[in-house]
Amino acid sequence: MTYSIKAALLGSALALASPALAAGTHPVTGEKLADEQTFTYRVLDEHTSVDPQIVEDVSGSEIVRDLFEGLYNQDKDGNLVPGVAESHTTNDDKTVYTFTLRKDAKWSDGKSVTAGDFVYAWQRLADPATASEYQWYMEVMNIKNAGAVMSGDAPVTDLGVKAIDDHTLEVTLESSLPYFALTTTHTSTFPTPKWAIDAHGADWIKPANIVVNGAYKLTEHVANERLVRERNDMYWDNGNTIIDKVVSLVINDENVALTRYMAGELDRTEIPAGQYPSLSQSNPDEATAFPRLCSYYYTINVSDNAPEFLKDVRVRQALSYAINRDIIVDKVLQGGQTPAYTFTPGATANFAVPSVDYSGWTQAERNEKAAALMSEAGYDKSNPLDITLIYNTSEAHKKVAIAVSQMWKQALGVKVTLENQEWKTFLNTRGEQNYEIARAGWCGDYNEASTFLDLVQSGSGYNDAKYANDMVDGLLKDAKTMDNPQPNYTKVEEIIAADMPIIPIYHYAGSFMIKPDLIGSWPVKNVEQNWYSKDLYKVAE
Amino acid sequence: MVAALLHGDKMFNFILRRIAVAIPTLIILLIASFWLMQTAPGGPFTSERPLPAQVLANIEAKYGLDQPIYKQLWDYVVGIVTQFDFGPSYKYKDRSVNDIIAQGFPVTLTYGVISFVLAIIVGGILGMAAAIRQNSWLDYFAVGVTIGAQVLPNFVMAPILILIFTLWLGWLPGGGWNGGQWENIIMPVIALSTSYMASIARLTRSSMLEVLRSNFIRTARAKGLPDRTIIFRHALKPALLPVISYLGPAFVGMVTGSFIIDAIFGTGGIGYFYVNSAFNRDYAVMMGLTILLGSMTILFNMVVDILYAWIDPKIRL
Repeated sequence: MTYSIKAALLGSALALASPALAAGTHPVTGEKLADEQTFTYRVLDEHTSVDPQIVEDVSGSEIVRDLFEGLYNQDKDGNLVPGVAESHTTNDDKTVYTFTLRKDAKWSDGKSVTAGDFVYAWQRLADPATASEYQWYMEVMNIKNAGAVMSGDAPVTDLGVKAIDDHTLEVTLESSLPYFALTTTHTSTFPTPKWAIDAHGADWIKPANIVVNGAYKLTEHVANERLVRERNDMYWDNGNTIIDKVVSLVINDENVALTRYMAGELDRTEIPAGQYPSLSQSNPDEATAFPRLCSYYYTINVSDNAPEFLKDVRVRQALSYAINRDIIVDKVLQGGQTPAYTFTPGATANFAVPSVDYSGWTQAERNEKAAALMSEAGYDKSNPLDITLIYNTSEAHKKVAIAVSQMWKQALGVKVTLENQEWKTFLNTRGEQNYEIARAGWCGDYNEASTFLDLVQSGSGYNDAKYANDMVDGLLKDAKTMDNPQPNYTKVEEIIAADMPIIPIYHYAGSFMIKPDLIGSWPVKNVEQNWYSKDLYKVAE
Repeated sequence: MVAALLHGDKMFNFILRRIAVAIPTLIILLIASFWLMQTAPGGPFTSERPLPAQVLANIEAKYGLDQPIYKQLWDYVVGIVTQFDFGPSYKYKDRSVNDIIAQGFPVTLTYGVISFVLAIIVGGILGMAAAIRQNSWLDYFAVGVTIGAQVLPNFVMAPILILIFTLWLGWLPGGGWNGGQWENIIMPVIALSTSYMASIARLTRSSMLEVLRSNFIRTARAKGLPDRTIIFRHALKPALLPVISYLGPAFVGMVTGSFIIDAIFGTGGIGYFYVNSAFNRDYAVMMGLTILLGSMTILFNMVVDILYAWIDPKIRL
């Protein structure tokens, strides 16, 4: 009896309280907010870690961006906005960056977030003993002595980062890097609490032990099932945070995820391949597709042990010209992707896509030119070229490969053998140049063209084509220190389009189903898709 | 009394013998899977972004992967024997293989055991009923249902279940485990047990039919024994023999986890980890789970043999 009275009282209290909550409005936009502010989304796979210096996958980084906060964050459009850093200054030659940290930033255990926490984290990232797979990011950031520290030749204290005082962080670079601040949104640069790591070792990231400085705390983690994070009251901007709870559910099967989305269990899920056209018809308010900072391409083996015919630039050009990108994008993939004639996506910040000549031709012109080049190289339909194209096992890659092989066959008479390989086997084959043509994809680590173009540098570990061109190397090296590197990037793209060591095919699009009450706050214009739960909100329907 | 002791002694010897064989079997399994894993191209740290040589060297040093293969295997075995430590996961870096088993195995065991019990009960009853009422509508129904259930693979059935019970009817959550709530268990159990259920029903039916036609049953009928006595006292035991030999592998199959169930329902069991560890070249996870599942297979085959001998005294252990 007592219980039911209590329950009734509680119920009426809640009923009274909810109109007040419902009356909540967004502090900036003034939109009416929903009562329930829980964001539930699907992830494909279990994340690798929530340790900022250890995490290496996209879904793990999404969680880390909620739990920790670095020097800078990104806004809805991908622009830098203050995180723990309020501002920064740099010297004239842009080799020393000094960040001023906010004084009200706190860890979840109440300690202040200091410059020392960043120094510790960055040293930890570079320390060989940490064995982070993102160790190399310190070199991308061009931090002084990163290489020597990583190889163990110098102590971690030699790394070019130091705390001037608790709220001033000074970073020294090997050489000028005008876009340095952009690199600080990467999760591997987020601060970590030394005292918690010292106390708990590898278990410090377990919900019971973890100390965070982000907008959310980790409250539950069941591997391969769910991860829950809830509002962190100690976060400096907690007052403006609207989403109370974020739940990520591991659902391996994308079609099942879509069914569960339709049943109302999820607020966001990926659109399964090929279903965007029908979903955008049936659920126009929810199906969304937007450009991503990623390129899909075929890499051609031009290494020393490559077959002779691939060393012939005419063959490479012909193969590229004969691919009808419009058909691949509009008919095969149908998910909002854009055709690619150059490597760097047009969505990249401060980058104008150069018009390489073949991008302006009609497909008929391209095919004609391709056939002419091929016969110049000594191949035609009576003496066809035999090529093997490898791709990692996936329905989408298979579809593209079949389409491309048909295009090559029709336009050039090329006989293509398609070969799919299991992922790691594929990476091994491609990495050891035991292939002729291989599927490849690349997503930018930061929003600047060099994250793509560095791949065609002769020394790059990701240059699976083993393409080497001194002029390209020189242009890219100079670009690092230029205030406006666009002319160099344009030149590099033109050289690639002429030499064709890689065949750009399309630029990726992200396509999601997002609930109508949430979609307004989703950062669709952030091409890196670095989203922060603290900036999301659900509006009242 | 003497006979019972003698039997107990025999049983003890049998178990001892089986364990003596199990240990070398496990060792061979361990070496074979370790060797196969190492021969597969690529390693745990092969990725779309090849690591710089220095970074890779640091990581391999941390995990002892820079040691010769035999030393890696030896260290691994020593770790298990001395500390019951199955090593770290190279992929999921914030947990060890022990963590993965501790969390995933209870999940798998729960839905596996429930599926097993359900498959035996429903399958057994359906099979017996069909045999006793052979060529009746009940028989046709049972045969029809079991054939249907057997040809419908669980990767087809699971999404259909979600479609019906989650999207259309809204009765059950479409996946997850939620600490083992009954709503979350129902669909995985149905998807996992159905084909086993069908096999058990068909096995029970055919074996029961065979027994019912045998001479000793005919004699029992001639003596005028009631049907119930004939079936439960005389026919059931011999009819169950072929079913029991099927139950061992079936039980192992169900409790060692199902990749499909874990992948589709997001239950968090070890089946998904096991298959993915091979794709990820997550050596320690794969070895740990191989040892666990290998031991269980050996154990349950032994249990089946013992059951067999108990039911049929003609069989010597």
